[in-house]
Amino acid sequence: MAQTTEAPVAPPPRADERVGQKSALARLFARPEAGAVAGAIVIYLFFFIIAPPFRNASSFSTTLYVTSTYGLMATPVALLMIGGEFDLSAGVAVTSSALCASLFSYEFTTNAWVGVLVALALSLAIGFINGWVVVKTGIPSFLVTLGMFFMLQGLNLALTQTITNQVASPDISTLQGFGSAQKVFASSFTVGGVNVKITVIYWIAWVIIATWILLRSRIGNWIFAVGGSAPSARAVGVPVARVKIGLFMAVGFMAWFTGMHTLFQFNTIQSGQGIGNEFVYIIAAVVGGCLLTGGYGSAVGAAIGALIFGMVNQGIVYAGWNPYWFTFFVGALLLGAILLNTYIRRRAEAAV
Amino acid sequence: MLRSPRRAIGIALLMILPLVLAACSATGGKKAAQGGGSTSVAAGHANTQRYTIAMITHAAPGDTFWDIIRHGALAAAAKDNVTLKYSSDPDPTKQAALITDAINSHVDGIAVTDPNPAALCPTIQKARAAGIPVTMFNAGVGNWQQCGGQQYFGQDEAIAGEAAGKRLAAANAKHVLCVLQETGQVQLEARCNGVQKGLGSAGTMSKLYVNGRDNAAVLSGITAKLTQDKTIDAVLTLGAPYAIIATQAASSAHSNAKIYTFDTNAELISKIKSGAVQWAVDQQPYLQGYESVDSLWLYLTNGNVLGGGVTVLTGPAFIDASNVAAVAKYAAAGNR
Repeated sequence: MAQTTEAPVAPPPRADERVGQKSALARLFARPEAGAVAGAIVIYLFFFIIAPPFRNASSFSTTLYVTSTYGLMATPVALLMIGGEFDLSAGVAVTSSALCASLFSYEFTTNAWVGVLVALALSLAIGFINGWVVVKTGIPSFLVTLGMFFMLQGLNLALTQTITNQVASPDISTLQGFGSAQKVFASSFTVGGVNVKITVIYWIAWVIIATWILLRSRIGNWIFAVGGSAPSARAVGVPVARVKIGLFMAVGFMAWFTGMHTLFQFNTIQSGQGIGNEFVYIIAAVVGGCLLTGGYGSAVGAAIGALIFGMVNQGIVYAGWNPYWFTFFVGALLLGAILLNTYIRRRAEAAV
Repeated sequence: MLRSPRRAIGIALLMILPLVLAACSATGGKKAAQGGGSTSVAAGHANTQRYTIAMITHAAPGDTFWDIIRHGALAAAAKDNVTLKYSSDPDPTKQAALITDAINSHVDGIAVTDPNPAALCPTIQKARAAGIPVTMFNAGVGNWQQCGGQQYFGQDEAIAGEAAGKRLAAANAKHVLCVLQETGQVQLEARCNGVQKGLGSAGTMSKLYVNGRDNAAVLSGITAKLTQDKTIDAVLTLGAPYAIIATQAASSAHSNAKIYTFDTNAELISKIKSGAVQWAVDQQPYLQGYESVDSLWLYLTNGNVLGGGVTVLTGPAFIDASNVAAVAKYAAAGNR
């Protein structure tokens, strides 16, 4: 990383450092996801060596599945963080959406797809309310979405109890349209003898779309600008309110998508589920290089962050370790990944 | 991305409207379920004085098992002319606070679970000191007399585990995977340890901990374990929803392991019917909730105490292919 400073040639006339050339390596390591990639490789090799079952393609496919269920949500959460906001309601919002679809189509005995679309409307509305309150009041999104987190948690339980007189949603697998919805949201296919869940494909696709939006579209520029400094962004004509509300609604959209997967994979939903996952999404985004202050990060980074979490989650089972250590190892590995991330970024920035 | 979020919502609503009007399902759903008669337990109505009974449990919100207990308690309350105040918190300090709330509001009786005697016993004793009769159930089988309970309804988890272990040994299980949906819960540990005791030298038991609040994590955790250890020929889950996920895990891990479980819910009963799950250990949670309220009512109105100072066992009973048909209609109503 420091090779550029060792060049023996006479120093060229001083140029403006803002337009100076960085070395290819420095540019690579200055990318938000560089630390996460390094961490992911280390963790992969670690479990590859100590846990023989981890080496099977089918085991890795299982790891990718659990990763994708986190990664689908980590993608919009990362965009939202780049835009300078948090969403603590993201974990329970997944369950809300799944419950909404299930209860609606069951209670009114409709085609399963009707419930799916009603749930989409609900999820987008939740995202809109989060964003609208944050934008209109200027209250930190941490607090607004914390309120939403508790409200949704209560609604999930109370409405399910009131409507069904039970705390889990009824089995909707006999409804018309269930089969086709299951094909869309929760099917799996076989590649070279390895069973792959379709969520893995969706996850990769959404990461690519999110990356394109961030790096190649005007909206991407707006997201970075809004997260970097909302007043400056507003001053140059960026529609700050719309961008932020749109980002919250993107989280809502993906909560719907993930919720539909959960519903059609498992047929019934327990109303207390999803709590705690909001932190997994945020951790994945932060490990992947998103700054808590906004304006910096990447969708690919969040994907790698989710992969790290998924690999540790599964690797400990494959290694056959005492599971009481699980959360400790998760925490230690994540903290390590963040430290590595920060260190590499500083070195890379210093080497310019 | 749409230009206006408001317009996006409008379009979404417009898309849904015609579908709602036109797209009813001819199969399944509530219409199909409403075919049968009423399955709720109803047995008259007492004309005794209106009492208030507080039921305080360590249930995690949204757990189907606890919902059955609550259904039992509500049925007894309706029959006994009792106002039931149900509350729960899995955190022992918060559960203790709920018990204190009940004492301070001078309820006529308290029904309480005790998963953590060290933390909860002192508070339960305060209820007794305040002259409030206490019935204990479900958790705390080792300490209920010292804590001041008049009677106890539940199953001894160690005995239930042992019974499950014996049945597994009889089914020729050599390596049982005991799946715990939460860490650090004594009653779950007691079940798994009991299983090992019941298996004796016939087989071994391994524990697997999964995050019970995330279905995908449960699925991938069990799949991973079944992939890692091909000698596992039996998966025993400690809650009905996890057994249903275990059936998916076994097929995606190409494992021939048979699925067994503790506790039941409506969907699990249908899985036993179809043969996907072999059997369930039933501790009759409905009975625990019902008896807890009813025994307090008997004490308040007639001075009765059940059990003669020893535990009244509500389980273990087994639900398998031979008796599942009899249980199914009650399960559908959320009572078994």
